[in-house]
Amino acid sequence: MRPDGVLLRSLILGLLLLAGHGQASSIDVYEFDTREQEARFHALNAELRCPKCLNTNLWGSDAPIARDLRRTVATMLREGHSDQEIRNYLVSRYGDFILYNPRFTAKTAALWVGPFVLLFLGLAIIGVMIRNQRRAARAGDEMISPADAERVARLRAELRRDTSGAASRS
Amino acid sequence: MSEHADTATGSMPSRASLFIPLAVFLVILALLWRGFSLGDPHALPSALLNQPLPEFALPVLHEPGRVVGSEAMHGEPFLLNVWATWCPTCRAEHAELARIAEEYGVPIFGINYKDNPAEARRWLARYGDPYVFSVVDADGSLGIDLGVYGAPETFLVDAEGVIRYKRIGAVDRRVWDTKLGPLLAELRDAS
Repeated sequence: MRPDGVLLRSLILGLLLLAGHGQASSIDVYEFDTREQEARFHALNAELRCPKCLNTNLWGSDAPIARDLRRTVATMLREGHSDQEIRNYLVSRYGDFILYNPRFTAKTAALWVGPFVLLFLGLAIIGVMIRNQRRAARAGDEMISPADAERVARLRAELRRDTSGAASRS
Repeated sequence: MSEHADTATGSMPSRASLFIPLAVFLVILALLWRGFSLGDPHALPSALLNQPLPEFALPVLHEPGRVVGSEAMHGEPFLLNVWATWCPTCRAEHAELARIAEEYGVPIFGINYKDNPAEARRWLARYGDPYVFSVVDADGSLGIDLGVYGAPETFLVDAEGVIRYKRIGAVDRRVWDTKLGPLLAELRDAS
């Protein structure tokens, strides 16, 4: 094997190890009655934010509080609570911060509506610009001066003569 | 051509509109300025402010046979301090808690959070015990009910057991003088 092949292989191996790291950080094992419960557990851990670490979900965090919250989520799931009940419980304790997918409330309205308002504004501005440009172009045709108009007519006639001459020659 | 047309129709950008990019820039600058000066991004507003203390039934650190709930703390405004021996900041704020308990006569209750009770008792024997009593929250479940995500945290609770203030991090002289102290005085005046 060529030496750069070895290098490439070890690089790929390293990347694979790195990629696996995020999910393997929690070593606790949770038992669930059903596959469905386990799937919901994984989904909730992915969408709930660790209160201690600012930008990691529960799944990716090794902070003690994240482990406690994972355990809480697991317990509540086994007790038969719905996803929404679990979210509501955690929000009542840790506030909206814990949700990576914030609810629509008066406080978060700007967050949800803002992008659409900006998009609409942008489209409106583009629309106005296009309309102005069209109007200007149309007005430009009409506003041509008599001298220019005469010149355009003369050039057009010349062009016509040239092309017809070329056609007859060939 | 376009220049010609613009002058003809009078739609040449007016002098004022030349300043639109500058205005946009200033708005963005203001937003960023505000965002970056919010201070500690760890300081979550407590979701439990003005909510009653959650129900619990936990053993008392020094009398493991005795299980208490939040009613055992009611009666007058009090402080509820989350602490542990593994938490260096708790050690740092300990003297201030002792001073507050002594000088202001406010009852301070402890939550010994995810700790080893034997070690916790030794710790209090060594550094002094400012608490009326501490409850043992071995698995951190009361912590979760209280929205705690680390130690130390300190709650100011009124006589009826409603949470009035939450301090995340150490209580030091400044925090006491500017926040907890005045709020306690207010609660005492009200009751």
